[in-house]
Amino acid sequence: MKTVSTNNVSADRHDDHKPSGIGRWLFATNHKDIGTMYLVFSCIMFFIGGAMALAIRAELFRPGMQFFDPGFYNQMVTNHALVMIFGAVMPAFVGLANWMIPLQIGAPDMALPRMNNYSFWILPFAFTLLLGSLFTPSGGPAGGWTMYPPLSLQSGNSFPMMIFAVHLMGASSIMGAINVIVTILNMRAPGMSLLKLPLFCWTWLITAYLLIAVMPVLAGAVTMLLTDHYFGTSFFNPAGGGDPVMFQHIFWFFGHPEVYILILPAFGIVSEIIPTFSRKPMFGYDAMVYATASIAFLSFIVWAHHMFTVGMPLAGQMFFMMSTMLIAVPTGVKVFNWTTTMWKGSLSFEPPMLFALAFLFLFTIGGFSGLMLAIVPADYQYQDTYFVVAHFHYVLVPGAIFAIMAAVYYWLPKWTGTMYDMTLAKWHFWVSTVSVNVLFFPQHFLGLAGMPRRIPDYNVQFTDWNMVSSVGGFVFGFSQLVFVWVIIKAVRGGPPASAKVWDADMPGLEWSVPSPAPYHSFDTPPDVH
Amino acid sequence: MDHAQPAVAHDKYYVPHGSPWPFFGSVTLFILMVGAVMTLESGGIGQYVLGLGFLLLFGLFFGWFGTVIKENQAGIFNMQVDRSFRMGMSWFIFSEVMFFAAFFGALFYARQLALPWLSGEGAKHLTSVILWHDFEGGWPSNGPAHLGPSGSGSTFETIPALGVPLINTALLLTSGVTLTVAHHALRAGHRSVLKVFLALTFLLGFLFVFLQAREYHEAYTELGLTLSTGIYGSTFFMLTGFHGFHVTIGALMLLIIWLRTMNGHFTPQRHFAFEGVAWYWHFVDVVWLGLYIFVYWL
Amino acid sequence: MFKRKFISALVALVATTPVLAYESSYNMPVGVTPISREVYALHMTMFWVCCAIAAVVFGVMIYSIIKFRKSAGAIPDKTLLHSTKMEAVWTTIPVIILIALAIPAARTLVTIEDTRNAELTVKITGYQWKWQYEYLGKDIAFYSTLSTDSNEARQLHSGIDVNTVKDYLLSVDHPLVVPVDTKVRILLTGNDVIHSWWMPDFGVKKDAIPGFINEAWFKVLKVGHYTGQCTELCGRDHGFMPIAVDVFSKEDFERWIAAQQAATKVAHAAPEPSPGEAIAMTSRP
Ligand code: HEA
Ligand code: HEA
Ligand code: CUA
Ligand SMILES: [Cu+2]
Repeated sequence: MKTVSTNNVSADRHDDHKPSGIGRWLFATNHKDIGTMYLVFSCIMFFIGGAMALAIRAELFRPGMQFFDPGFYNQMVTNHALVMIFGAVMPAFVGLANWMIPLQIGAPDMALPRMNNYSFWILPFAFTLLLGSLFTPSGGPAGGWTMYPPLSLQSGNSFPMMIFAVHLMGASSIMGAINVIVTILNMRAPGMSLLKLPLFCWTWLITAYLLIAVMPVLAGAVTMLLTDHYFGTSFFNPAGGGDPVMFQHIFWFFGHPEVYILILPAFGIVSEIIPTFSRKPMFGYDAMVYATASIAFLSFIVWAHHMFTVGMPLAGQMFFMMSTMLIAVPTGVKVFNWTTTMWKGSLSFEPPMLFALAFLFLFTIGGFSGLMLAIVPADYQYQDTYFVVAHFHYVLVPGAIFAIMAAVYYWLPKWTGTMYDMTLAKWHFWVSTVSVNVLFFPQHFLGLAGMPRRIPDYNVQFTDWNMVSSVGGFVFGFSQLVFVWVIIKAVRGGPPASAKVWDADMPGLEWSVPSPAPYHSFDTPPDVH
Repeated sequence: MDHAQPAVAHDKYYVPHGSPWPFFGSVTLFILMVGAVMTLESGGIGQYVLGLGFLLLFGLFFGWFGTVIKENQAGIFNMQVDRSFRMGMSWFIFSEVMFFAAFFGALFYARQLALPWLSGEGAKHLTSVILWHDFEGGWPSNGPAHLGPSGSGSTFETIPALGVPLINTALLLTSGVTLTVAHHALRAGHRSVLKVFLALTFLLGFLFVFLQAREYHEAYTELGLTLSTGIYGSTFFMLTGFHGFHVTIGALMLLIIWLRTMNGHFTPQRHFAFEGVAWYWHFVDVVWLGLYIFVYWL
Repeated sequence: MFKRKFISALVALVATTPVLAYESSYNMPVGVTPISREVYALHMTMFWVCCAIAAVVFGVMIYSIIKFRKSAGAIPDKTLLHSTKMEAVWTTIPVIILIALAIPAARTLVTIEDTRNAELTVKITGYQWKWQYEYLGKDIAFYSTLSTDSNEARQLHSGIDVNTVKDYLLSVDHPLVVPVDTKVRILLTGNDVIHSWWMPDFGVKKDAIPGFINEAWFKVLKVGHYTGQCTELCGRDHGFMPIAVDVFSKEDFERWIAAQQAATKVAHAAPEPSPGEAIAMTSRP
């Protein structure tokens, strides 16, 4: 060690001097600036994806074709999902990771700040490509977000645009994930052992491993689509010895871990918030870590539960049914630990806690319907109906999206240094929570009663619940404008927030720095005891 | 559990200043992708856009890595940064492994499931009875419709494992050894040995690519084996092709490392770039072994 | 045998639960095949088990929310950090519940997958966007497409009130016809892209995949007219390729077969290219 050139002079001054002008954003290396860009981008995408969802709900408000051509409907469904998953939820989590991981582990910044900027700036271009495809003569991709061949091979000019957009998103995610892993493993303040890591960091660390394991597989799958389309390969063409179902296997090998990528950081967020507002340490911290790891491990061996109807051999169906059901066990551990954390606590109900509680109830409902889907014979009835749509929106909207909102409400004062408008935030909460159930609960009924998903029009027997759902959708959608308004108001100014922000005893390092957090978090490593 | 780091690494943190390269890189990727889309969909000026994209990509590599190398030579990176680079590189390689895993997965699926089903074995007995009357399956196969360069009923030959592929295996394995020798030399401070063995390594790499290219030529012109030769052609060319592409990149990186060595870069203690490239090279090597066994041999 | 009794008892029990058995708009149909009834029972079992767990878990949550409020002066008990005993309990109990649920599911699955001893075999091919039915060995084959009145009404700005259309989007020109109380095996394939043949009342859903044959079976216990839909996104008109099945008594079915055969003899058109060949020809988009 002694011979090493220990030239530790930093290349940048560590005062609060921010670079000025557009260069601050284009050439950023600061984790907070990059985090902010991620979050703003995610918010824009949420509204674009949401606008598409509202288009869907408008068409489905009553039977008969009202507004658009069935082909355009399919484009809306496909792009709604791609935008929400890759544009809204994942970047929001990366944005939170950027803001909070260095603060929580006592690091100055992310480990690889330039790559960090790279992974952000790829995204706007990727989505320009994807959304731009909607304006090509043949319209945007319309084969569902799952892109199953042979159908997806039938699309026009939008086909390569979608493929390359997915490649770019994948590259961005892989770089983001590597950055998170390296930051957490290499940049922790001395004394912060892995089992002292805040749970948000833990869940993100595991998520990052999922990302680098499965995003390349997705890249492989769409590359095969590309070569099947343009270069005459036969991966998915039975005439040449391939199999369309092979795509589904590869896709879901990515796709199932992907849905846990969309929920594990949410688990982390909830595990930060519930102890704070219960004024008690997290119950069963170690078990939470192990449960997260088990979920991640299991997520690699359950993928074919999305394909029970493709005609798999019996043994395969049995295996995937059992492995899928097993995931309920570690997830249950988490739910029970959260509940026990509240037990004998001293609870208060500020907006972050409200969203975390809604998460707890509604995610669990989504989990239960997931478990029902895992039962193969029953899944024959549920598969590709609105029951599935209800399941995944329960885990994604009051699951992932609510957790993101909880996180924003939790850490926003730390970011802006001002307290936001609590009353407005509570209004946002109540309207959202009621309307999200009006929006998605009836979809269970629709699915069970026999309404398939991905259809622009339906038999009149489904009218009532669709109307209810659409009304819920519009109320939910427009109530999100309140969220944006609360944030804008807080950024503009407000009563100053203290370093601790919440009236509770929080161990996290992020609460040891002033609010707003200084531009450069930790110049020298803080002490952890 | 406490992976406490040496205190020296923590005297003061290092954070790089802003850099235009990431943004430039995103624009580059966008131009590349738009160029690719245009080329695939309509040709025309698409190729020029694609070409421009590649040009910018080279600019990006030279510019970005150049900056990092300069900073490194100026000695502003501490041990912690060095470790970050190492971890970053290892996990990047892991993601590459998973990319290849997708294609290997496709190969195994086609051989173990799709082809047997198409030829009436296992659970999907009726598939061959009703749809593909006298399809035999087996491996190698270009599928029940015998897709291939000359259309229906065409036959093709595969490249025998014992010919050039065996030579290529030897080349790559040798290059692994020469690279290790070079690494030891670097650590021991024997710069001249380092230079020679590093040069040998990338020359072996380029030789591999050359032989591979000749094989492709032979496959296309004489064996009737092309990308469109059913599932065999698809898996064969995609797997070996992506591998060959990685060898090319790896050999170029070795070349650059060699040039840097010639310029006196790297010390016996600190030579992350060298190690990063070495890991990459070994990864490429291991993938080849997989290919040799599952694509050429079995 | 005990199992059968148990299931029918369960079905009966659930069917009398007033709200949930309200056929149609809330719940899965009980259906008209032995399988669909077993599936319904599984579904309801799952549902009630989830309800029970939810009652416990949500109960504790709600209790905590009400009881341990800071505003009500609750003092946090910070010693409650972890308990191996409790953790063991709440991993073990779910495992046991899950095993108990998996066993009947696995049994039903085995029955579903057993396509042997079928008395009638129909090959079903999905096209963009219609179905083709071929009665193997009977020389009968026909296409089944969305009925004209639905098709007219579903056009954009058609001006037709869809409420006035009978079986809107669920009626076809030529329904599949099968005999009652007969084990019917279906062989599924797709001609162009993947489709999926779903008949909720039969408890059957299986993908129709180009280049491969999938099998499924059903044995309908009640004469009647049943409808379903394509359930795999298959392009623009995926929402408009319904499935309709007429279940006839065995005698009516024989008569129907005879009539069809007579009709085909008259107009024996050139045979359709087999899907396999069609795939080979259309493999390059
Ligand atoms: C955040 C995303 C997310 C999450 C967390 C989950 C979680 C789960 N999902 Fe979901 N799922 C999706 C997103 C998600 N899913 C999406 C997007 C699709 C559709 C994709 C598409 O087709 O487009 C889908 C589809 C889908 C299917 C395929 C349905 C079909 O197409 O036919 C299945 C089938 O098994 C399934 C199962 C499960 C299970 C078992 C869980 C489990 O992880 C749930 C575990 C949780 C609980 C069970 C609740 C809490 C536990 C307890 C309180 C303990 C006690 C409980 C018991 C012992 C019962 N999901
Ligand atoms: C994280 C992921 C995510 C999220 C957040 C959502 C959110 C929503 N989703 Fe989505 N959805 C998916 C993931 C997601 N969805 C996936 C994966 C599919 C499957 C796709 C497939 O089959 O391939 C799907 C499919 C899907 C369907 C089924 C379509 C079909 O099968 O035919 C429906 C139908 O109701 C729907 C509705 C909604 C609604 C109403 C919301 C709401 O929560 C949205 C909230 C609304 C807003 C936020 C709108 C705000 C806009 C305004 C206020 C207007 C102002 C506008 C501008 C400023 C531009 N979604
Ligand atoms: Cu055919 Cu959907
Ligand atoms: Cu899944």
